[in-house]
Amino acid sequence: MNENKGGKVIVLRGRKVVGGCAEGEALVTKQTISGWGGVNPMTGTVIETRHELRGVSFKDKILVCPGAKGSSGWSAVFHIARLAGAAPKALLFNEMTTKIALGAVVMRIPTLTDLDQDPLALIETGDWVKVDADRGIVEIRKTLARAGSAAISAAV
Amino acid sequence: MKLTDSEKAMLDGREGPARRKAMELLVRYGEALNVERFVETTNVAGVPGTSNPFLESYYREPGDRYDVIFSRFDLDSDEVIEVPRINVNSCHLQGGVDPENWETLGAKPEHLKISQAGESSAASRGIKILKTCTPYLAGNVPTKGEHCAWMESSAVVYCNSVLAARTNTEGRESTSAAMLTGRIPDYGFHQDAHRRATHHIEVEVPVDDIFNWGMLGYFAGDVVGERIPVLTGEYSQANLIHHKHFGAAAASSGGVEMYHVVGVTPEAPTLEAALGGNRPVEKIRYGKAERRRTYETLNARGKDPNVDFVMLGCPHYSLDQIQAACRLLKGKRVSANCKLWIFTSRVVRAMADREGLTKIIRDAGGVLLTDTCSSISQAVPPGTKVAALDSAKQTHYLPAIMGIEAWFGTTQDCINAAVSGRWNGVAP
Repeated sequence: MNENKGGKVIVLRGRKVVGGCAEGEALVTKQTISGWGGVNPMTGTVIETRHELRGVSFKDKILVCPGAKGSSGWSAVFHIARLAGAAPKALLFNEMTTKIALGAVVMRIPTLTDLDQDPLALIETGDWVKVDADRGIVEIRKTLARAGSAAISAAV
Repeated sequence: MKLTDSEKAMLDGREGPARRKAMELLVRYGEALNVERFVETTNVAGVPGTSNPFLESYYREPGDRYDVIFSRFDLDSDEVIEVPRINVNSCHLQGGVDPENWETLGAKPEHLKISQAGESSAASRGIKILKTCTPYLAGNVPTKGEHCAWMESSAVVYCNSVLAARTNTEGRESTSAAMLTGRIPDYGFHQDAHRRATHHIEVEVPVDDIFNWGMLGYFAGDVVGERIPVLTGEYSQANLIHHKHFGAAAASSGGVEMYHVVGVTPEAPTLEAALGGNRPVEKIRYGKAERRRTYETLNARGKDPNVDFVMLGCPHYSLDQIQAACRLLKGKRVSANCKLWIFTSRVVRAMADREGLTKIIRDAGGVLLTDTCSSISQAVPPGTKVAALDSAKQTHYLPAIMGIEAWFGTTQDCINAAVSGRWNGVAP
């Protein structure tokens, strides 16, 4: 299924959660994200004490994560992040929950799940990612410095 | 999605613009979840139309403030509609301001005004103002199998696990839409197949009090994430308070929305029944080492033994817990260097007032507050550096939200800290 132009572009296919198209720099975490009490919606910064992204903002990024956890305030916090201009540009995730589904809906950002290969394994922070949620397609351009193992394994 | 005739009528606007907007949002949500239909819900708990200074300044347009915020934010609508009377049994969960002790919380008069205006608008539309994270302690006790649409992760996990009613962890927007339509996507915990345990936790150390049930819950959430644990082993018959603390903790360290305790919770008469005939994905032991590790994780943000703030009541204290705190406080006084705040619901507070418990707390130098908690209202006493807490959930959130240190221990440890100003909790 993978189209791999010159070893630079990896293509994933998935299911549309929220339609639309966006592209930008990826921010990848292998840890689920808490909404309320886990992020500051005014800046899009993760504040959860033990989170690997603590202090990092997802504002204007293509956020790639396993899914959502924690408080039921998830959707409202990400909804406020949208109003504050601090939402991600697009969202790719693995594990469906009501929190992340509703959050994606009210953020109104292109969102895909059920991708045919694990986005957490193939996308690294800094990669340039294009999300066409209407067609269910993700294009990943590896950054030069990191165009190593993930791209190669994806091509196999 | 496959809609019934009455759902189509709402979506077409035949039930008015508010129900049309609510249905539109629910269809977007149902499609995101990839479900085919809705269930009818008869019990909705959310935070409908609740405002705050950010929303007030963001939505400056003219019109009824409640209609504006409910339309724009709750229903994610691009136009403002009039919010009619709600016909579905609906309640408002915790808020951000205690109408009596708002000054103690450091709230400004404008916060109180926004909160009270929202409250009377919601009440005038038929929404019950419980203002608590523990609706099941304030008269809203769903029946077995009842399809609910609840927010508040600690209430959701209680609703599914202890009451055998059915709800997913809903959000503000979906609950507000459900209040208008009586519909919620037929997903997850509304379906039998989704309610079976996936992970088996064998409890090898005695678990018989709030402290230990809280730690076990925090451990369980950490190891199972969003999945469903079933417990067997050395626990006592858990009471309401134990479940409240276990579930709240499991829903904080992980995303646990349902658990089974063999011989205790209604859908777990046996291990086999809880697992629904499936083999567990994983079998995990909870012994002395795991308990110790959990305690250390919870206390990782505690360094300074000088405690200047003790917060109890997460989730909101029951009447028994307030009585217990009063027994521990008897004949003692909160240290001049420390504050003691105990949070509960309005309903329980009314009983505590009548029993003289509120006065006992006040006479000892503490305060019994309602409606909110420190994490929700982002309020701690001025200058707080180190808190002491008996709730794993509050310990998970408060230090991150307020940038303070926190100790986790028993209720007794916390009252001792309030009285002495020093943390003397010991690892189990």
